Amino acid sequence: MQYDLQAITKQMRIDIVESVNAAGCGHPGGSLSAVDVIATLYFKHMNIDPANPRWADRDRFVLSKGHAAPALYAALAERGYFPREDLITLRKLDSYLQGHPNMNDTPGVDMSTGSLGQGLSAANGMALAGRLDGKDYYVYVLLGDGESQEGQVWEAAMSAAHYKLDHVIAFLDLNGLQIDGSNDEVMSLGDIAAKWRAFGWEVIELPDGNDCNEISVAITRAKATVGKPTMIICHTVKGKGVSFMENAVEWHGQAPKGELAERALADVHAL
Amino acid sequence: MNSATREAFGAALVELGAMNPDVVSLDADLAGATKSAGFKKAFPERFFDMGIAEADMVSTAAGLASAGKIPFASSFSVFIVDRALDQVRNSVCYPRLNVKLVGSHAGPSCGEDGGTHQAMEDIAVMRSLPEMCVVVPADDVEARAAVLAAAEYDGPMYLRVARLASPTVYNADSYSFDLLHGDIICDGDDLTIVACGMMVGRALEAADLLADQGIRATVVNMHTIKPIDAELLEECARKTGHIITVEEASVVGGLGSAVCEVLAERYPVPVRRIGVPDVFGRSGEGSQMLDYYRLNKEHIVEVAHEMLGR
Ligand SMILES: Cc1ncc(C[n+]2csc(CCOP(=O)(O)OP(=O)(O)O)c2C)c(N)n1
Ligand SMILES: [Mg+2]
Repeated sequence: MQYDLQAITKQMRIDIVESVNAAGCGHPGGSLSAVDVIATLYFKHMNIDPANPRWADRDRFVLSKGHAAPALYAALAERGYFPREDLITLRKLDSYLQGHPNMNDTPGVDMSTGSLGQGLSAANGMALAGRLDGKDYYVYVLLGDGESQEGQVWEAAMSAAHYKLDHVIAFLDLNGLQIDGSNDEVMSLGDIAAKWRAFGWEVIELPDGNDCNEISVAITRAKATVGKPTMIICHTVKGKGVSFMENAVEWHGQAPKGELAERALADVHAL
Repeated sequence: MNSATREAFGAALVELGAMNPDVVSLDADLAGATKSAGFKKAFPERFFDMGIAEADMVSTAAGLASAGKIPFASSFSVFIVDRALDQVRNSVCYPRLNVKLVGSHAGPSCGEDGGTHQAMEDIAVMRSLPEMCVVVPADDVEARAAVLAAAEYDGPMYLRVARLASPTVYNADSYSFDLLHGDIICDGDDLTIVACGMMVGRALEAADLLADQGIRATVVNMHTIKPIDAELLEECARKTGHIITVEEASVVGGLGSAVCEVLAERYPVPVRRIGVPDVFGRSGEGSQMLDYYRLNKEHIVEVAHEMLGR
């Protein structure tokens, strides 16, 4: 089945704004920057079966930057794991859509995340299990740039290279911003591509990490890489698609209210 | 016989590996000390050296478990519990993944390495996490049984094993381990001594001394501290009216605390906790350290006398 990624990413951005608006809180900025990577995975590359979320042979996705849960939920809903109408229950007491993803609450979520820095290690474990079982599935994992300040990320980077995990394909959502400011204000990442290369990874850098075509080409290249893991560095725009949120640090972790909520919705509908 | 529980863990892991192809082992450059090295030798393709990176090891184990493996991740207790606590909490317990954490060199019996290496708080810390099962085997026989039971149990488990060799309490041929129930080893009406780990052996020695003086003690091996066998504790409290707990771990939050929590709500009786006071450890030979903290039969007997007023 061929999906229209432009239509999908637009719908996911609408879903994100609607669900965060309904919750009255959450993380719109990092959700919007990650939409295109997540959409390209779930609607073009991943070998999955929404009717059988725990299918043993499926490809896996670990949202290491778990605060972008609204983007993951949007993809899962649009892909048919659960009804789209439920997205607006995000963060509500009776909902199965927790503020950060929990694999036991939400069909389609492959790993619980929320404490930054742990997702790549979990992805490595899934890939090691796949290798032991002679399975050919891929494990995709999305990290934030601020998240890359966590030491465990680099422990896991070493492990993936040591074990030659060529079925681990990572993405870095390089939007330049975190909570208290830009990466450079809070803790500079330095030459991040050189760092991943130095850790033994194949590195692909995408000047426009919000372009599904670029992302898709990179994934195909990564799958052809043998003997080492691949990091796809995506230069993205935080808040992508909502004019006043784009590249604005203050929209990391709050929902727009009142008139701003309506403007956000109008922006994504106009995409 | 009379070997350290870490030795029994290592041997049982090899046994388990032969029985169950889904069992895998990870270690953080301490395989020789935790004894997971036996598994590494027997099943190299299912053993993962993770480097000195406990956080990565624990989350990697979670990923393995999510894909159907039964990972045993081992290191010194202080590193796997304390260094990797966030990973234990969020990668393992929150998603309730089937990861077995094995903490060796726990408690003051760890010995010469001193205060940085002697985990006193591990039982308290692991016990406070939802979904976590906490098991402290009494001897080598029970350690083997607990490792086999761990693979049968679906969910996160912390298994505490010791560096120091200690006397074997159980008969390997007749002992059957029941994960969810404490074990009454000897029966008496005057008081109950509830112990775990290598303190079970010392509790039995104390019970013998007390018997010579006409004081009859029940000795309970509370190998599983969470979920704790509350029924058995209540039964002992009703029967004997006096409880002494003994552990080679901090009295803050450990076995003693767990027992008090149960009895305060179900059947309050006087309880005295014997354990490591609220301090860091120090260097010394393992068995010397146990005496240094008065984790011995003489002290148990003394406390029994105080409690009973005779
Ligand atoms: C271990 C940990 N520390 C702190 C936080 C709080 N936190 C949530 S998001 C965030 C910033 C993340 O920045 P980045 O990785 O760049 O994410 P993005 O810009 O893609 O949203 C922080 C500090 C957390 N979730 N986990
Ligand atoms: Mg960022």
